[in-house]
Amino acid sequence: MRISAVFGALAAMFCLVTAAASATPVGIPTDQALGFQRAASPVMERITGFHNMMLWIITAISLVVLALLVYVVFRFREKANPNPSKNSHNTPLEVVWTAIPVLILVIIAVPSFRLLYFQDVLPETDFTIKTTGWQWNWEYEYVDHGGFTFFSNMTPDADIDNEPYTEYRNLSTDLPIVVPVGATVRVEVTAADVIHNWAMPSFGIKMDAIPGRLNETWFQTDIEGIYYGQCSELCGVRHAFMPIELHVVPQGVFDAWVEASNEDPYSGPDVLAAYYDSTRESRVAAAQ
Amino acid sequence: MSEAAAAHHDHTPSMWDWKRWVFSTNHKDIGTMYLIFAIFAGVIGGAMSGLIRWELAEPGLQVFNNGFWGNEHNYNVITTMHGLIMIFFMVMPAMIGGFGNWFVPLMIGAPDMAFPRMNNISFWLLPFSFALILISMFVPGVGGENGFGGGWVMYPPLSTTGHDGPAFDLVIFSLHIAGISSILGAINFITTIFNMRAPGMTLHKMPLFVWSMLVTTFLLLLAVPVLAGALTMLLTDRNFDTTFFNPAGGGDPVMYQHLFWFFGHPEVYILILPGFGMISHIVSTFSRKPVFGYLGMAYAMVAIGFIGFIVWAHHMYTVGMNVNLKAYFVAATMIIAVPTGIKIFSWIATMWGGSLSFRTPMMWALGFIFLFTVGGVTGVVLANAGVDQSLHDTYYVVAHFHYVLSLGAVFSIFAGFYYWYEKIWGVKYNSFLARTQFWLFFIGANVIFFPQHFLGLNGMPRRYVDYPDAFAFWNMVSSWGYVIMALGMVVFFILIIESIVRRRKAEANPWGEGATTLEWTLSSPPPFHQFNELPKIK
Repeated sequence: MRISAVFGALAAMFCLVTAAASATPVGIPTDQALGFQRAASPVMERITGFHNMMLWIITAISLVVLALLVYVVFRFREKANPNPSKNSHNTPLEVVWTAIPVLILVIIAVPSFRLLYFQDVLPETDFTIKTTGWQWNWEYEYVDHGGFTFFSNMTPDADIDNEPYTEYRNLSTDLPIVVPVGATVRVEVTAADVIHNWAMPSFGIKMDAIPGRLNETWFQTDIEGIYYGQCSELCGVRHAFMPIELHVVPQGVFDAWVEASNEDPYSGPDVLAAYYDSTRESRVAAAQ
Repeated sequence: MSEAAAAHHDHTPSMWDWKRWVFSTNHKDIGTMYLIFAIFAGVIGGAMSGLIRWELAEPGLQVFNNGFWGNEHNYNVITTMHGLIMIFFMVMPAMIGGFGNWFVPLMIGAPDMAFPRMNNISFWLLPFSFALILISMFVPGVGGENGFGGGWVMYPPLSTTGHDGPAFDLVIFSLHIAGISSILGAINFITTIFNMRAPGMTLHKMPLFVWSMLVTTFLLLLAVPVLAGALTMLLTDRNFDTTFFNPAGGGDPVMYQHLFWFFGHPEVYILILPGFGMISHIVSTFSRKPVFGYLGMAYAMVAIGFIGFIVWAHHMYTVGMNVNLKAYFVAATMIIAVPTGIKIFSWIATMWGGSLSFRTPMMWALGFIFLFTVGGVTGVVLANAGVDQSLHDTYYVVAHFHYVLSLGAVFSIFAGFYYWYEKIWGVKYNSFLARTQFWLFFIGANVIFFPQHFLGLNGMPRRYVDYPDAFAFWNMVSSWGYVIMALGMVVFFILIIESIVRRRKAEANPWGEGATTLEWTLSSPPPFHQFNELPKIK
């Protein structure tokens, strides 16, 4: 069972054409970062693009206001301009500063709506993962892969280590979820007790998990690696300690992981570990 | 009226007579009590934010580590209480109760508020409401832990089945009482403004601060009852087995969010609109120029108030709403930028061609205009549901609403406080201390909140007692900012004590010809009863 899963994973590996796969963290916050995490899905690429455009616009607006303030402060200070004008109306000016913001908003609105409908309307998806928020862990069900379920708990600080791959405090879990690279995945999100929120920054996903409701969202990524997300709706004492860990691996490894997890979800990480060990060796070999 | 009767009315009771305050029907005394109450509550709420920044200064648990300050639950209690206290017991009492009570009657040339005794109960409900919410921190909330830690938004089921102890019931009662206080106050202001303006003061001649209070109190009157309804449903869900928000009985947790934000969004405009009014007067006074585009300014506030009621679901983009509905709320929300832009540009145009003197209130006002702009433009970013999916419930949102509230509303409160300091207290303040406080606040608040944009973009969720190590750097910077701002508060209290000790006699109008509203025609402090003979407005 476990052994067979490991062998299955090894077999899958030899089929790989590219040896680029590794246990690299892709979707993870970075030290002293100023912006978004790396975009790894079509939705997040568009969110990043849209935000970059917005950043130019809002920076320009703020600087224009700042420049006007600095100008009036110097030009119309008491010493420079002892006699104030009594001017308090200028209709054309008022029309202009009403019309220009409207224009800017229209320019923003067009790509904004395009992005909104792109992310909100699901494309044809390959399979579904159902996730249920609990106080304080995530339950996953692979409904299209035999329906195995497991709970994903945060790795306690004491258990954080670097084998078989680096773990991160408050981000790593005991049982990560796994998806094949390139697949379009539908995620069903709900909750069992209070409201939670299933978030994955690198995919541009943030979906409320609400008792009695079934929300859906989607992602697709071509970048192998490990992705982290955190619960994003206040859910009680351990709100900060129910992260989401997601591995993107080649199809073969995913199939082996599914097979192992159907037997015993706790054997799933062994499949991943074997895969990461083998790619490490092949990378070392390639380097030599 | 005989001279004896007139003399009797001019008699000012002793400051040490407790009946003067407890039984007060005088709008200035009640306003003063509101201001002192707000300062008191602000210190408590500010100390709570100190605990938050202390906890978040480094990764791991520093403060809420099962020691004196308790555990992660107590952290949630502190963030919840910080929000509720700052909104309901600091900003609202200061702006509406404090400055509103003091200056709405003075500015419209009225002897007092329309319902002086109702004014008394409006104020005196607040200390009891505040006491209830403070007591809630010391009674069981959930699982043997004290206090309610469900966030100021109080979403069920966390606030119903998620908190089984009586703490949240106390919070509900507290907010009900605060709500009654607000509604009574709103009725009082609306009646006063509509019926007690001096002869000749038409609505279109009314000072902009009065306009802002009129819009604010209408928002209160229409929004607070909705909160009261939602809270009552929470109460019955908790105690009488109703299932308004429980899906197991056919209810819906999202329905609560709609009700809450139908109140909550107008509420944030309630917090900032009086500030808009004060900033207009201050900019005009220190530019020695009338406000540019007076009617545009007044109706921009009316427009903001109106649109404020039809944008509430932009707080709920991630609940799984229909995409067309989201598109509507995106469009409606962005429209608010237009009247807000009109206000920003009109303030600048007021200064254009003026003769600017940079007295303390003007510095706060200039700081307000720029920082409110920064907070406003990040609001336009958040309005877009597409990008909000990345930013919702992150520190980007925290940074945004603190820029408009902590650096917007609070800066305008200090601007107003220094603008009317002599008028209210009858003594002068030390302007060196006041400027020192301004710079400490300006630098401190920016150091606290600007890095939080970076944290939010990089994905740090709100309401987290601990965070991944990668977020350590900007959190440390942010916490140092708190230290700077706290120094500013120390300077503020030194300033108050200094002015009490020195007792420099205030002038009736310290600001000169630029200060044109009616309160400057009276002495500082004004007589106990003013405008026994109504002023005539040309």
